Amino acid sequence: MTSNEYHIMATSPRELTQNPLKKIWMPWKNGLFVHILQRRVCMTNCPTLIVTVGLPARGKTYISKKLTRYLNWIGVPTKEFNVGQYRRECVKIYKSFEFFHPDNEEGLKIRRQCALTALNDVRQYLTVEGGQVAVFDATNTTRERRWTITRFAEQNCFKVFFVESVCEDPDVIAENIVQVKLGSPDYIDCNTEEVIEDFMKRIKCYENSYQPLDEVLDRDLSYIKIMDVGRRYLVNRVLDHIQSRIVYYLMNIHITPRSIYLCRHGESDLNVKGCIGGDSGLSGRGKEFSKCLGKFIQEQNIKDLKVWTSQMKRTIQTAEAVAVPYEQWKALNEIDAGVCEEMMYEEIQVHYPVEFSLRDQDKYRYRYPKGESYEDLVQRLEPVIMELERQENVLVICHQAVMRCLLAYFLDKSAEELPYLKCPLHTVLKLTPVAYGCKVESVWLNVEAVNTHRDRPENVDISRMPEEALFTVPAHQ
Amino acid sequence: MTLSVCALRSADMTTDQEKNELTQTPLLKIWVPWLGMGGCKLNRRRGSSVPQFTNSPTLIVMVGLPARGKTYISKKLTRYLNWIGVPTKVFNLGQYRREAVQSYKSFEFFRPDNEEAMQIRKACATNALKDVVIYFSKEHGQVAVFDATNTTQERRVSIVSFAKEKGYKVFFVESICDDPEIIAQNITDVKVSSPDYLNCDKDEALADFLKRIECYKQTYVPLDDEKDRRLSYIKIFNVGSRYLVNCVQDHIQSRIVYYLMNIHVTPRSIFLSRHGESNMNLLGRIGGDSGLSPRGHKYATALGTFIKSQRIKDLKVWTSHMKRTIQTAEHLGIPYEQWKALNEIDAGVCEEYTYEEIQDNHPEEFALRDQDKYRYRYPKGESYEDLVHRLEPVIMELERQENVLVVCHQAVMRCLLAYLLDKTADELPYLKCPLHTVLKLTPVAYGCKVEHVFLNVEAVNTHRERPGNVDVSRDPEEALKTIPDHF
Repeated sequence: MTSNEYHIMATSPRELTQNPLKKIWMPWKNGLFVHILQRRVCMTNCPTLIVTVGLPARGKTYISKKLTRYLNWIGVPTKEFNVGQYRRECVKIYKSFEFFHPDNEEGLKIRRQCALTALNDVRQYLTVEGGQVAVFDATNTTRERRWTITRFAEQNCFKVFFVESVCEDPDVIAENIVQVKLGSPDYIDCNTEEVIEDFMKRIKCYENSYQPLDEVLDRDLSYIKIMDVGRRYLVNRVLDHIQSRIVYYLMNIHITPRSIYLCRHGESDLNVKGCIGGDSGLSGRGKEFSKCLGKFIQEQNIKDLKVWTSQMKRTIQTAEAVAVPYEQWKALNEIDAGVCEEMMYEEIQVHYPVEFSLRDQDKYRYRYPKGESYEDLVQRLEPVIMELERQENVLVICHQAVMRCLLAYFLDKSAEELPYLKCPLHTVLKLTPVAYGCKVESVWLNVEAVNTHRDRPENVDISRMPEEALFTVPAHQ
Repeated sequence: MTLSVCALRSADMTTDQEKNELTQTPLLKIWVPWLGMGGCKLNRRRGSSVPQFTNSPTLIVMVGLPARGKTYISKKLTRYLNWIGVPTKVFNLGQYRREAVQSYKSFEFFRPDNEEAMQIRKACATNALKDVVIYFSKEHGQVAVFDATNTTQERRVSIVSFAKEKGYKVFFVESICDDPEIIAQNITDVKVSSPDYLNCDKDEALADFLKRIECYKQTYVPLDDEKDRRLSYIKIFNVGSRYLVNCVQDHIQSRIVYYLMNIHVTPRSIFLSRHGESNMNLLGRIGGDSGLSPRGHKYATALGTFIKSQRIKDLKVWTSHMKRTIQTAEHLGIPYEQWKALNEIDAGVCEEYTYEEIQDNHPEEFALRDQDKYRYRYPKGESYEDLVHRLEPVIMELERQENVLVVCHQAVMRCLLAYLLDKTADELPYLKCPLHTVLKLTPVAYGCKVEHVFLNVEAVNTHRERPGNVDVSRDPEEALKTIPDHF
């Protein structure tokens, strides 16, 4: 037994008390909460080092950034370390592909040094800064380099998972170069032809020494080999839960161009009254919006659009007006406000002033009594995100808190920013993946609606006056 | 849970007013367009928590030499898909062969030069595929698992054209294993007791079966990287140390791949138990978040003693976020993890009611629940169907883990048990999960061995049987007939 277990045995059963913010039952001793395990994604004790492998322009950075965004969203602190960035800081000016020539001794020295510096930062992040996953984004095309990394990981008790991207389709490679290399700091004063020519030569520098992960030689390593942008995968020795989730995610993403439309239901009767939650129908203006939404969608002329709603009346009423088959997801239901359902903020302040201030203190983690938190919502929405990744053109008609969670995923917003993202009624957001991120177009459909956005007030203390609490409540009937 | 609803283009719908009118179905609590007197002409397809898994039926085709785990995978996958709400059925070619050739003599039947046997085996395959067509077209099946060796290119090509002609998607699952120990273990676990070897001793069966495998080896052509690059498949190597996944077409195939990559065959046991008796239990109330009664505490202590006596290696303990399961786990003296997903079914407006109070205040709801307990959703609450969706990540993680004790609740335990013991949606809500009883589940052969251990601490009974009369018009006494005793 571990010392932790001895301690528990000696004092079991321990008194329980419910943590006021998250409403979690925890053991309570001498007036202090005792640490217990909450189900988190990463239950492993060892941090994980993800190592990309592949020639330039194979999507390694795209995958690194996307994976990092996903892991952070589901609550696994993750950071990427791009060796190209380290190289740019070291060698201020990029001259040409010659830097990457295998005979360029000086270049090799610098590149090796950059990799080691990056690994040092990885160690810092995973051991001291509370990180759980680090993504080491570099070509790592030689067995020797990968062996150095594996040894480094062993010394530090990190688990290693390789992600190799293999692609020989010249069209895909050319498109990559156009999408992300043209705009690279390396090529600031070059025209398109110059960039392509230089970059192709750069790729050539790596090709001769490239040793892909081998089925036999590397059979003891944990890795996924992605071939031809996801047509085919080879998965070897998945060790734990987080690696399994990473594999599942990588196998569901694609790069086919598409757009995701996010909007809330039309204004509802409860919105008008300033009440939260509930399951009311649309107001007159809400119905007006639905009609405009239908027209807008038609005008966009979207190929094979899928429409998703929650199982609440107001989103379904909205979808009915779009006149396209839609699917109802219970997972898209609005955050459950528990005992505060259908209350106005003023009523919450009257009946639950402590709860109201706790929520302002940590809106992401705060769970309504007998309800949910944003943190719970994210967990509930994960299958929706996974399916959104698989799909192409989708319109999601949902709710304020839900839309904030989805938006935070696409725009890489932190847990602190998420609950305050602006998602006003009667506005459609069109998200289109571009390069390493997402382009956002906001379309206001010209139908008035109440504002339902409540900013964080100055005073979040339990002892505050009611006026201070209600300062930022938006106007309503 | 999702619902596919086709937009209305009926001539009845003239006004915008009507277009926005919705009504909530009483059982499922789903909002659907209200067609007034016209009635519902909607094409409704229900899936699990995810949208249409696929537009066409899917034919999963197993590939591999005998004793490579094809039937194990087929049965397990089928159990999982049915549990998450995808109607799935296994078509085991060996079964068809046994029906055609009443008694099995020896491996000679499987020799590649045995013309007569070849005819019979081909006919069996044809019959099985005919049954697949019936399953898809007449029995609302969505996935069929064709469990046979399918080791030749020729056989696979004919299946692919059959599927293409019918509009079915095909997904191959190939199991490749050359570890002689695993193969020998398989044969011992499932072949020796097969109907084929009813009157043979173990050594005879083993010897014959190994020769049977040799018959297939000569003509076995595994799925090929180049030649089969347009097929959708997963190749499983050596019981999961490596996978090759090619051309996943849609959502259901993606889920199948994820599931197959998470299961393992390492021996282990899963322990399921409810929290100790709670104060609410004593009062005959459902839901809520109360603490343990004195007997409940006693049970928790007894559970701790029991667990210790089992000497389980590396036991993981999971609880819900509700006080009563956590209090129970506290007695065990082992670190535990809290899962919100393991919380008891949300009874919505009926939370903390006794059944008598539900009958008083919501008699119609009470009757609807008895009519279809699996799909019935409490107003502002959940259904068993919702619960299953909520529990899917728990099941996935249970598959990944080894020895686990899950301390949970009645409805939750019924759902988990239904998955592990392959119970239908109709049986699930009535599975007996009494308080103060631990269930020890150990995978064995193609199923699960169950041991019930009552830990000798009395508790109230919380199991309510389906009453005789489930009609909305029934008398209160008829509704309350099957309620267990309480204070």
